[in-house]
Amino acid sequence: MAKIYFTEDHEWLRVEGGVATVGITDYAQEQLGDLVFVELPETGRKLAKGDTAVVVESVKAASDVYAPVDGEITEANASLSADPSLVNSAATGDGWLWKMKLADESQLDSLMDEAAYKAHIG
Amino acid sequence: MTGEDTRHLPLEDLHQAAGARFGAFAGWSMPLTYAPGVMKEHLHTREHAGLFDISHMKLFEVAGPGATALLNRACPLDAGALDISQSKYTFFLNEAAGIIDDLIITRLGDDRFMVVANAGNAVEDEKHLRALAADFDAKVEPLERVFLAVQGPDAWAALARAGIETGSLLFMHGIEPRQNWFMSRSGYTGEDGFEIGLPEKDARDLVATLLGDERVQWIGLAARDSLRLEAGLCLHGQDLTPEIDPASAGLMWAIPKEVRASGHFIGANALRSILDRGPSQKRVGLKPDGRQPVRAGAALVDAGGNPAGHVTSGGFGPSTGHPVAMGYVGSALTKAGTKLFADVRGTKIPVEVASLPFTPHRYRKG
Repeated sequence: MAKIYFTEDHEWLRVEGGVATVGITDYAQEQLGDLVFVELPETGRKLAKGDTAVVVESVKAASDVYAPVDGEITEANASLSADPSLVNSAATGDGWLWKMKLADESQLDSLMDEAAYKAHIG
Repeated sequence: MTGEDTRHLPLEDLHQAAGARFGAFAGWSMPLTYAPGVMKEHLHTREHAGLFDISHMKLFEVAGPGATALLNRACPLDAGALDISQSKYTFFLNEAAGIIDDLIITRLGDDRFMVVANAGNAVEDEKHLRALAADFDAKVEPLERVFLAVQGPDAWAALARAGIETGSLLFMHGIEPRQNWFMSRSGYTGEDGFEIGLPEKDARDLVATLLGDERVQWIGLAARDSLRLEAGLCLHGQDLTPEIDPASAGLMWAIPKEVRASGHFIGANALRSILDRGPSQKRVGLKPDGRQPVRAGAALVDAGGNPAGHVTSGGFGPSTGHPVAMGYVGSALTKAGTKLFADVRGTKIPVEVASLPFTPHRYRKG
């Protein structure tokens, strides 16, 4: 069964079979406002925790989305090229950003579960 | 997030109640967006009427027998040639003709003018003007007002419904319709609209009435920025700075010919010599290819990779449906259609020099 994790940077990870689907939380998309462009990563790119994986652009500003753990990109959400507003309308669903194969699953232990994340955003 | 020195709008409680998201701008805590979000707020303003709290901007009254002479010294302006109630877009220039601030000055009476200055420069502007006023028989009085903008094609009708007739007031004119009120037909969106300075109590009444009209919505600073950028209007601090002169900025239309030739304003000599040799760079509109916004600070290069200029404002235009930007390019590259590249995080995004505005102005001029 998939397990959901959250980061302090307002990302979510849904982990299943060693692969994490990563997106930003509803709280994050609300803070950013209407997105107009998502700069997606290339498949096969290796990321270390903290690397910029994606840049999301709102009307007003560009914001980095960081790799929450180490891993390799296996897929980017191509539908965001045509419709970046999916991140606003379905942040935790169709608005996912990328999938990555995890390099070290033990890194997940330092992330938050949903209850902890809810407490984090108050 | 905001420091101790952050200033708060007199109507902040109304913005909080309206669900505003706040952010810092020019030392003020400002409503950036409301519940509908920047995209809907922007489009609403173009289609109906947007209500903006712009009380961070500063109103100064300049009055006295020497008021005209003072303004003619401070600005490249013939203040005495303005009709009563006529407004003029102008500048404070430094000795090098750099733009200290851009302003709108309205003649209220023979010896009385209203000066509207930008938030970020208000303190400097006041110092500058007061220092100059010492040589003239004129007083500079900063006014404590709430300052509201009502912008969009329904702005006049919404004000009429609120009991404020605007019919005879034309674009770039301003009047004092009630005691301690100042209202001009002007704005920062490219739409028909009004800017109204008034006491806080009156402002609360007016806001309540206006928001009771379904055509009117609060609009935040984020949409104010995308609206002005589509309209090709400059933001001081980005598109205009004390290092940029009106000729480079493409704003010489704001300076009457006689004033250019013989005015005694500060910076006159420097501006004349810039005009004689021609500015080395000029402000242009920039239309990025595709959907990726190109933002302030991005470097521009030509097809050969040579430095061509830089972007001073950029974002996404909700009405145009594509990214919009402006910036400065070498004076040989200003022709609409010129192809350049903007460096965005190491990627070269093709951009085309475009004529401004991106969305046509819809001012009511007569």
